[in-house]
Amino acid sequence: MKRAVSLSESFREIGLLAFIVILCAIFQLRNHNFLTLSNIRDLLTNTAILSILSVGMMMVILTRGIDLSVAATIALAGMVSALTVNSFRAISPVLSILEGMAIGTVAGALIGLLIARFNVLPIIATLGFMNIIRGLTYVVSKGAWVSAYQMSDGFKAIATGNVLGVSNPIIIAVAINLAFFYFINHMKTGRQIYAVGSNPEAADISGIPRRRIIFLVYVVQGALAGLGGVIWVAKFASAQSDTAMGFELSVIAATVLGGVSIAGGSGKVSGLILGTILFGILNNALPLINVSPFWQQAIQGLVILAAVLTNVLVKRNSQRFALRRRAI
Amino acid sequence: MERAIRVDKGWSWRTFFLQWEWLLVLIFIAVNVVNSTLSPYYLTLDTFLSTPQTFLDMAFLVMPMTMVIILGMIDISVASTAALAAVIMAVCFHAGLPMPLAVVLNLAVATACGLVNGILITRFKELSSVIVTLATMIIYRGIAYVILTDQASGDFPKWYSSLGWGSVGKVPIILIAFAICAVVFGVLLHKTSFGRRIYAIGNNLTAARYSGVKTDAIIVTVFVLTGLMAGFTSLFLTSRMGSTRPNVAQGYELSVIAMVVLGGVSTSGGKGRIGGPLLAIFIIGFLNYGLGLVNIQAQSLLIIVGLLLILSVLVLNLRFRGRAQRSVPSAPKPVDSSEPTKRIP
Amino acid sequence: MKVLLKAAVIATIMAIALPLAVFATGTGEKGGAAGGTAKYAIVFKNTGNPYGDRQMGGFKTGIEEQGFQAILRAPDQPTAEGQIQIIEQLISQKVAAICIVGNDKDALQPVLTKAKNAGIKVFSLDSGVNPASRLTHVNQADSEKIGTTLIEAAFDMAGGEGDIAILSATSQATNQNLWIDFMKKTLALPKYSKLNLVKVAYGDDLRDKSVSEAEGLLASFPDLKVIIAPTTVGIAAAGKVLTDKGLGGKVFLTGLGLPSEMATYIESGVCPYMFLWNPIDVGYLGAYVATGLVSGKIKGAVGEKFTAGKLGERSITQAPDGGTEVLLGPPFRFDAKNIADWKTVY
Repeated sequence: MKRAVSLSESFREIGLLAFIVILCAIFQLRNHNFLTLSNIRDLLTNTAILSILSVGMMMVILTRGIDLSVAATIALAGMVSALTVNSFRAISPVLSILEGMAIGTVAGALIGLLIARFNVLPIIATLGFMNIIRGLTYVVSKGAWVSAYQMSDGFKAIATGNVLGVSNPIIIAVAINLAFFYFINHMKTGRQIYAVGSNPEAADISGIPRRRIIFLVYVVQGALAGLGGVIWVAKFASAQSDTAMGFELSVIAATVLGGVSIAGGSGKVSGLILGTILFGILNNALPLINVSPFWQQAIQGLVILAAVLTNVLVKRNSQRFALRRRAI
Repeated sequence: MERAIRVDKGWSWRTFFLQWEWLLVLIFIAVNVVNSTLSPYYLTLDTFLSTPQTFLDMAFLVMPMTMVIILGMIDISVASTAALAAVIMAVCFHAGLPMPLAVVLNLAVATACGLVNGILITRFKELSSVIVTLATMIIYRGIAYVILTDQASGDFPKWYSSLGWGSVGKVPIILIAFAICAVVFGVLLHKTSFGRRIYAIGNNLTAARYSGVKTDAIIVTVFVLTGLMAGFTSLFLTSRMGSTRPNVAQGYELSVIAMVVLGGVSTSGGKGRIGGPLLAIFIIGFLNYGLGLVNIQAQSLLIIVGLLLILSVLVLNLRFRGRAQRSVPSAPKPVDSSEPTKRIP
Repeated sequence: MKVLLKAAVIATIMAIALPLAVFATGTGEKGGAAGGTAKYAIVFKNTGNPYGDRQMGGFKTGIEEQGFQAILRAPDQPTAEGQIQIIEQLISQKVAAICIVGNDKDALQPVLTKAKNAGIKVFSLDSGVNPASRLTHVNQADSEKIGTTLIEAAFDMAGGEGDIAILSATSQATNQNLWIDFMKKTLALPKYSKLNLVKVAYGDDLRDKSVSEAEGLLASFPDLKVIIAPTTVGIAAAGKVLTDKGLGGKVFLTGLGLPSEMATYIESGVCPYMFLWNPIDVGYLGAYVATGLVSGKIKGAVGEKFTAGKLGERSITQAPDGGTEVLLGPPFRFDAKNIADWKTVY
């Protein structure tokens, strides 16, 4: 008993992990091709963009905020970098990435300014900007697409290239998750983010630069969204105005699934990664499990509900043995 | 300088007019002025009476959503509830159920969906309303897809289409229904103890609970009401389209939330009045219509609505610059009794 | 006082900014001020779609060369609800005709009936609406022919036998469902008895979902020979997946795709050939149907003939859904020989 308690205390999302393992087993039974190397590689590559964005979203949600504009930023950053590649074929892929990140950063900075400086509620600021950025994407592209033949091979290789067999997007996503893990757990500013979300007034009074941190969080989120946008467009070798439509909901879902509290101030990177992977598994496995496509959405919803309920029930059980409880 | 006690200045013309709702009235007037100058087709009685028919189906959701957001929660499953209710109604009608009963079934299904949301949220307090309604949003629409697959279902009796298209005299039926619901919700929220308790819960859930407010019952009731209104939306939308499919009402939840926040309801809970969102419905609806009369492109409209949202909020925030107002959302989030002491992870 | 002034200032700014925004970003009205000239409207499925833009552009050209004013509209989301709102606005503007590219076959019936009762001539284009909602339908190619052509292509690429799969758009899409029905009917013929349709997958016209579904098909059916994707997003996504996995030459791809999107994959051989038609011509034909209906030259009945400008003479025929339609012509085949000419056009 004691070991189970300390295990689940040190790894809060163990319920989610167990659920994922069982789910994978079920899927593997339905289709033996699920747990093959090539399928796992596809799964991870497809989830990479979601992972990069959920890192940013976690930071935002930790500060009691939300960002509905990420998908629009992906579209704009992706479209602009694609248009640039179309006009200047010789541009280096690294420059394209930087360009996308720059656009995302500007968008994030504007949003951060509204929220941190002008006290606009995050939901309003990002809802408004979602519309504005999406509209801008149409205007900038004049409704046209950028197709595969208009992109340089170097650009497309951002997403299709690999290092030692591991595809680029996976490497980028892993790097960002590692950097984020270090930042949020071992660096002062990272820890301050938790403080700001947990109790903003106390943070203010303690001398934590609350406004600056909130601004920073949205800027980083924007930069990550810009990066995600360039990878997206390179991966699908196509840039359109309605790129990533509705993707913000997937990002929020993956983040919240991983135990990041929407009320701010709590959440772990381990949970985040699990939530993202669960989402990726669903997207990858649903076409594989040989059910009528009309059942896919219902199954997806039920799995998500089951996952969060399992997590809650496991946590409750472990807390029965928790030593410190408020005597209520 | 922060004051411990806010001195009550009493009622004055200034405080009366400096409310969000008056700003919305100003914006509404501005929208109408702009629309009239842009198009000669705008300023007719027909516009004001029959145009609401196009956007009022969504409006039924705005009223309960106001309550939900004042509670400090959110419900993004409303559109899926509407779709599922419509699909079940259509399928049962074609299986032989008389249409009036099918209509009642629609409302029953939608209410049940809301009930499920409410129960899940109150039974599993660790789960935020976001994740619960996200899951049910996917599930409800998923069930609709399972039932109706790739078919459409329609061919309703003639009287059914008058719900969305018909009028009593010159006044559309949907406008009458909307007005009745608006009055009911207004009274519920502002004149009953039920409404007061909603504000209490939104401001501080724990304090409300320990003051004897039956928080669980009230939360479930609000979500049940949301479900019921989603049923209304479903009825009117299906009547407007004459048929239904599993993919109807897509995107409604975000539009409804936009209208509620534009109406001055704070998503951190505990603040806001019903008048604001009601005005916001008409602002966005008429803006849409008026600009559409001059055939503005959809992407431009997107930008304009986005700007509108942000600018109106900026104005309201400027209002508070002079006063010593806390710049963070209302009360600190209450500690849930089911969780041990919150510590930084 | 100062704050009330600020509020008034912002309200005034908006009152000025809105019309400026309208004129800066452009309206859908092209050519001439409102007033005398008759207005003809086309409503597409959604904005930001180059295929749709080409179609609307063709419509505009056809209308303007006849001396009238064209209105081009589309909702920002491909929903029927969005199109209903637009049609209401067009009715208020008292347009002469509405050409609708429907997002839903049936859901537009009430609002289109309202338009008809207001004296507006209603017909559909490309993605049709049900016969009760329209006078006639402009079809880019015979739906049955599209079905048989695609199955014949699959037959050819599979070498006569093997597993094939279909990657479609949304499960509710009018066009795709019609073509898939004809494909299934064609597959029932004895000639294609050795072809085995393993699955119809729906990519929802979303890139990421189409990619996941394509990868799912390849993982679930290792003996898959051909993927048929009768949707421009699906075929491009499948092309990318096949290219990235290096399956060109082992699994073949065909369907309906935009030449610009598919140029890379046709040139590399992943997609030996595919079909489409010229959306500009489809819109152009629609323009002449519109003016023909309004002037009374045609009424939408089977057997009527009219001249469609540069395209020459066209006649109205019986449509498979009980209504009538006008055909543009046979589907056009794109392969490695001609793709270079077409990839810059659309």
